[in-house]
Amino acid sequence: MTRRIEWVHAWLLLLPALVFLFTFTHLPAIRTIIDSFFSTARGRRKSVFVGLENYQQLLDDPTFWKVLTNNLWFALGTIPTSIAIALVMALWVNEKLAGRSFIRMAYFTPTVLPLIAVANIWLFFYTPGFGLFDQIATGLFGTGQHNFLGDPDTALGAVMVVTIWKEAGFFMIFYLAALQTIPPSLLEAARVEGAGRWTIFRRVVFPLLMPTTLFVSVNAVINSFRLVDHLFILTGGGPDNASSLLLFYIYETAFRFWDTAYAATLTVVLLVLLSLLAIGQFFLFDRKVHYK
Amino acid sequence: MFITPLKRTLSAAAIALCASTAASAADVELQFYFPVAVGGAAADTIQALTDEYVANNPGVKIDAVYAGSYQDTVAKVLTAARGGDAPQLSVILSVDMFTLLDEDLILPFDDYATTADDKAWLNSFYPSFMENSQTGGKTYGIPFQRSTPVLYWNKEAFKEAGLDPNTPPATWEEMVEMGKKLVKKNASGEVERWGVRIPSSGFPYWLFQGLTTQNDVILANSDGNKTNFDDPKVVEALQYMVDLSGKHGVMAPGIIEWGSTPKAFFEGQTAMMWTTTGNLTNVRKNAPFDFGVGMLPANKRRGAPTGGGNFYMFKGSTDAELKAAFDFIKWITGPEPSAKWTIATGYVAPRPATWETDAMKAYTADFPPALVARDQLEFAVAELSTYENQRITRIFNDALEAAITGKKSPAEALKEAQEKADAVLKAYR
Amino acid sequence: MMHANAFDRFLNTFGSWALALLWGLPLAFAIWTAIHPAEFEANFELLAPLTTANFIKAWEAAPFARYFLNTFVLVTLILACQFFLGTLAAFAFARFRFPGRSILFGLVLLQLLVMPDILIVENYQTMRFFNLVDTIPAIALPYIASGFGIFLLRQTFMTVPKELDEAARLEGASTLGLLWRVYVPLAKPTYLAYGLVSVSHHWNNFLWPLIITNSVETRPVTVGLSIFAATDSGTEWSVINAATLMTSGPLLIGFLLFQRQFVQSFMRAGIK
Repeated sequence: MTRRIEWVHAWLLLLPALVFLFTFTHLPAIRTIIDSFFSTARGRRKSVFVGLENYQQLLDDPTFWKVLTNNLWFALGTIPTSIAIALVMALWVNEKLAGRSFIRMAYFTPTVLPLIAVANIWLFFYTPGFGLFDQIATGLFGTGQHNFLGDPDTALGAVMVVTIWKEAGFFMIFYLAALQTIPPSLLEAARVEGAGRWTIFRRVVFPLLMPTTLFVSVNAVINSFRLVDHLFILTGGGPDNASSLLLFYIYETAFRFWDTAYAATLTVVLLVLLSLLAIGQFFLFDRKVHYK
Repeated sequence: MFITPLKRTLSAAAIALCASTAASAADVELQFYFPVAVGGAAADTIQALTDEYVANNPGVKIDAVYAGSYQDTVAKVLTAARGGDAPQLSVILSVDMFTLLDEDLILPFDDYATTADDKAWLNSFYPSFMENSQTGGKTYGIPFQRSTPVLYWNKEAFKEAGLDPNTPPATWEEMVEMGKKLVKKNASGEVERWGVRIPSSGFPYWLFQGLTTQNDVILANSDGNKTNFDDPKVVEALQYMVDLSGKHGVMAPGIIEWGSTPKAFFEGQTAMMWTTTGNLTNVRKNAPFDFGVGMLPANKRRGAPTGGGNFYMFKGSTDAELKAAFDFIKWITGPEPSAKWTIATGYVAPRPATWETDAMKAYTADFPPALVARDQLEFAVAELSTYENQRITRIFNDALEAAITGKKSPAEALKEAQEKADAVLKAYR
Repeated sequence: MMHANAFDRFLNTFGSWALALLWGLPLAFAIWTAIHPAEFEANFELLAPLTTANFIKAWEAAPFARYFLNTFVLVTLILACQFFLGTLAAFAFARFRFPGRSILFGLVLLQLLVMPDILIVENYQTMRFFNLVDTIPAIALPYIASGFGIFLLRQTFMTVPKELDEAARLEGASTLGLLWRVYVPLAKPTYLAYGLVSVSHHWNNFLWPLIITNSVETRPVTVGLSIFAATDSGTEWSVINAATLMTSGPLLIGFLLFQRQFVQSFMRAGIK
């Protein structure tokens, strides 16, 4: 086919997808940035250009800083932990241990359950007094009055636990796939050379899993900013924003306070943060990833 | 989506044409959004009442749309209104009045209360419910599903602690004293049963308003543009609440979950609880012990906030539609329908006339606790309501949560809240 | 990975089981409360009476049948559109040379990062502009051009041997015919893998549907469940968990029945 026709065909094939992509991803992203320089329109007042005023409001907003720090702690707490647990799960499932099917099912089930649904279950677990954790604590230690969700010091941690529980099984699958592509001869060779199990893992298996780790951690980063469903049920962001996350604050600002300009400003921060983290990760891992 | 405004214009034109002959050829169609915040059967009751009205009023069709929670309903209304397709009437939180005014969406009922009968009806509601319904000398909301919090107590626990099971605490001091006697500890010295439980999750400001009213202070002005969070009496009320867990040890520390409060009560985790009168049916059905319901204790005076939803009528509707909507609202707040609604849900009937009907008399004879909330209306005040209400209550809630969890002192937390609220409300003065 | 000795093996078995039981606890609890009356929500007595009352109550309290229908329509709509748009776009990227190809592909990949969930504020305005608020298509539209789908299909299409191309062309196949007759059938595993990922993701999606829907006719099960669970009058765990099981039921049962395929497809979807 001639060059020209090839171009035309290609563009025609791409057009439908591109139209939707632009309408719902690229254009909104640009409009978000633009909107952050205007004020919110209320029924009686129109929207006006305000320059950097929204950003100034952002910097002066203690809730914003609280929410940002929360999200960073949240990312720090959930990403390495869920990846590590996922790796251990994959290693276990990969071996011929007893009840393998059941174990795999148990690990993966959280992934198929909607987060908003399981949040109610976890709400019960965390309830003081007759909640499951307190009942166990009373049984084991005799003390059973912990207010996990109502204490600013533990609320974020409690939310993180739910997230890790939800995520680990999902990441496990990718590690499982990767583990199964490692040629057993490699492991045999290492063992024959007298390497211990831990050394084999550290020197052979883990480096081979690097591409998967990269993929999984980029996913985990995105999810750590995206998963806020359980906040609606567990804490509503409280107490005093101790467990609030950036996307949840954006939702509140846009759809409860109806302050769309400020919400756009917050979204810009989220976009920048995500881009930096994702790109940063690529660079970080690029050096460590070996492709065989 | 484009059809509905077109349809309405056409039907409006048709009505206008026929108006002179005083025979309406087309039906007036009303769309009515309503929220449900207490269990599921309430939606059926609304549907039944709507059907009854339509059956008795040929020429009017009403589409009653269940819109979810209060938040969902106001979101749906705002969305529809912005799209040029607002409903004709809707039940929305009474405290959203200023937001709706700011968005230029609602109409005053005074303009439609033309006859003497209408005017009498407009004035026949309990005053405390009207406080969140009027501003600038006009009435924008008609009370429909309103409530106040009340005190529930476990009579068996009272007996066990050596207290008279038929006498609830009447003052702040009594609540602390009785609370101390009611606290039960287990073998390892941990509290098994608390004296009192005032939930503080989600929207602590509502029950806290009980304490501030009892301390004789108001949280915001009636114009909705100035708050009073750092008033010393408010600080005092917050200190009392914080002391309940701290100094006196009669209430669990930290944020207390609203949703699990009735369950905690049933499980004997608390001897007394503060919660909405809307929970009456739930408690009646599920409490495995004899319980009492009483007014909240007094300090400088008895007091409670009101809560719940009002009817609003919306701009953008035709005159015929608004007339029909007005008529429907007048009917559904009439004694008989209102009695049905109250008995089915546990909300407080907002007009004295309703309580005089046979149905209500029989109901309250059978179940006297239903009268408590009504009797408390004498002492009830407007629920906290201002412009940008959601944001202001969030600021206030955050401050309360900070104080309750001990992260800030009451004075500090409230001062900050007042500053933040001022910054937001400045634009409305 | 070989074990040094039997004790080591035992430790690993024990560990994996302990974790599995821990991980399965929430689901076990949901089942427990759903089949027992409310008094036993917090009291775990083994011989407590069983009941189906919770399921009946949950079913009657909210229009779950309608919610299910909405969700079903939604995920089907999304999947069909994703397949359609993704196949065309992936084919273009895989087999055509044209100016701007790398840039456009980069823009497509950007969507992996800048997900519709992040852009809720602006997407809501867009929907308002098109008067689509509170419709099922409105829930679907931001997702139907899927960067992930295009990426996966492109990878798969790139592995199709060029000889098949030429053979088909010799038989007079048009571009679309080539796509439909040669490439699509060969990519079946990828379609299956991606389909399962997409369905489970969108069945469980909450935030965007919450914002864009306002009525029973459009609400998916996740939003319906959250509304149902959020009443003023106290949390009834037995009923809520019955509702939870009902709403997650289809996916859960599907997963249990097709476990291996499910897992395999997720695995295939993610490698590289």
